Amino acid sequence: MDSEEEMYDESEEEEVSDDDHNMVMEPEVSSTTATYDSQDETYPHEVLSPEMIVQHMIDCIKDVNTIVELPATITRILLNHFKWDKEKLIEKYYDGDQEKLFAEAHIISPSRRGQASGSSNQVSVSSTTRSTRSRAAATGRSADCEICFSTLPTTVMTGLECGHLFCEQCWSMYLTSKILHEGISETISCPAHVCGILVDDATVMRLVRDQRVRLKYQHLITNSFVECNRLLRWCPAADCGRAIRVNYVDSKPVTCTCGHRFCFSCAESWHDPVKCFWLKKWVKKCDDDSETSNWIAANTKECPKCQVTIEKDGGCNHMICRNQSCKADFCWVCLGPWEPHGSSWAALQRYLHYCNRYMNHMQSLKFEHKLYAKIKAKMEEMQKHNMSWIEVQFLKKAVDVLCQCRQTLMFTYVFAFYLKKNNQSIIFEDNQRDLEQATEQLSEYLERDITSDILIDIKQKVQDKFRYCDTRRSVLLAHVHEGYEKELWEYQGSL
Amino acid sequence: MKELMNLETNPPPGIRIRSEDCDAFNEWLVDLKGAENTLYEGEEFQLLFKFNGRYPFDSPEVTFTGSNIPCHPHIYTNGHICLSILTDDWSPALTVESVCLSIVSMLSSCKEKKSPPDNSLYVMKAGKNPKKTRWWYHDDNV
Repeated sequence: MDSEEEMYDESEEEEVSDDDHNMVMEPEVSSTTATYDSQDETYPHEVLSPEMIVQHMIDCIKDVNTIVELPATITRILLNHFKWDKEKLIEKYYDGDQEKLFAEAHIISPSRRGQASGSSNQVSVSSTTRSTRSRAAATGRSADCEICFSTLPTTVMTGLECGHLFCEQCWSMYLTSKILHEGISETISCPAHVCGILVDDATVMRLVRDQRVRLKYQHLITNSFVECNRLLRWCPAADCGRAIRVNYVDSKPVTCTCGHRFCFSCAESWHDPVKCFWLKKWVKKCDDDSETSNWIAANTKECPKCQVTIEKDGGCNHMICRNQSCKADFCWVCLGPWEPHGSSWAALQRYLHYCNRYMNHMQSLKFEHKLYAKIKAKMEEMQKHNMSWIEVQFLKKAVDVLCQCRQTLMFTYVFAFYLKKNNQSIIFEDNQRDLEQATEQLSEYLERDITSDILIDIKQKVQDKFRYCDTRRSVLLAHVHEGYEKELWEYQGSL
Repeated sequence: MKELMNLETNPPPGIRIRSEDCDAFNEWLVDLKGAENTLYEGEEFQLLFKFNGRYPFDSPEVTFTGSNIPCHPHIYTNGHICLSILTDDWSPALTVESVCLSIVSMLSSCKEKKSPPDNSLYVMKAGKNPKKTRWWYHDDNV
């Protein structure tokens, strides 16, 4: 355990030093962010690198072995049988029928194993389960491999504790087929028909020589360890490969070393204020709805005035057509003119209304890394205009806040979609509208080209705006959470 | 292939391999006779075995073929068979012979000749390869 914590500390330090040297701009939970981000600290979790996951698995096996004193390979299978719940294993092991436990976990009880190996010299054979042909194998000098029908001396044949013997070549091909083609690791059983005895990891490693297959097997084992273990979850970020470990399961945010922040319970991006249940329902609805998927597919729109095709690749919804002869000023969401914003929104159908907004914020968030790069360039430029490094940090902070606001806003639409109208929901919608407007304004400020003469002016504006956004976001979240506590929210559609 | 020779020289009762129609490494045709004192007595069926390169580590594709497809609650009229050893419970230690025997025993234990309840829907939707179907093994009694 100690070594794990040390490793974790190291990796944290690494990240910090990275930040210092390269000015890597990743959203971080800084001390000034709103109250609702401090949930990270109230929910203790640990990031495990791939090596640490393996070490954690070994430690789990060791922990149990100091108590039950079984061979590590057996403990592994037992632990997997109990989905890596150590307490449950130990409880069942000492309280129940051990023979029954071994049978349920598809292993030959080690007590019977001992007797069996005494009775046969070559391979240990259990007295109860034997197929007809391998019985000959145990007594004679040579036997038929039931897979390839070759008659071979028993010395080159091998098997598990169940006593079914096959030639080593067939074993190797069988295991390779299971691992590579079927992607199975923990549940490979003896190849004999209706024999469910599980193959342990030591046997796999002994019989499989191909490095590629062995590596795949180790991957599968690690994967099943993380997937089965309710206290572990893979970081869902692409190509991350780390896992998060917690002490108890809750729908709370966890942050991976890669910077991805997600809900431990459902693995979606952290979705405050909406609850996992409603988000799941929403995601399913969006997937099912062909009208919506068509809508998602359409990433381009036409300018409402000159009909030129526009692809949106930045965050702000306030569009100004680049076509020099057009320069139409419109809103990306409703394609209506930007100015009288507010009136045309009500005209949209209810679902599309929520879906549009949800998708737009999601889309904008996807361009987050682009915005960070753009802002980084701006910060460098501003430093050329007599501003110190420390003085331009407000821009990065503004992007952090912008991203947080978009993320929160995105999920407020899911929350609002299922919300029944009452006095509290009206307050919520006011908060939402206010935050949305402020967020779009902040986004617009950040998109605007920065020139030296308006530098001081824009710094003041941006700072005021992001502080306002940050506050409004806290207010909105606090209101929703208060509603959860006092049960003020009523939902449309049954639970 | 040793397995083919074995089945040619020592066929179990009611099972005959059509070696003349067999391509040793791809497809085998097997004649099956309905066992005596069962609903299928006197009937003859044909089974088609298709092997892929991974046999025996991967199960063969087994379907009824020809003009007479048995009417049985686990056999669809397109020849697909709902039998767990052909997919989930396949073991490389199983052989063509053991599969044939399992199918004969499945036929023999049948008490009423009727098609599967979802036959028409399944036959309409199913592809050629029965292994692509996610089988749901309802009951082991029939």
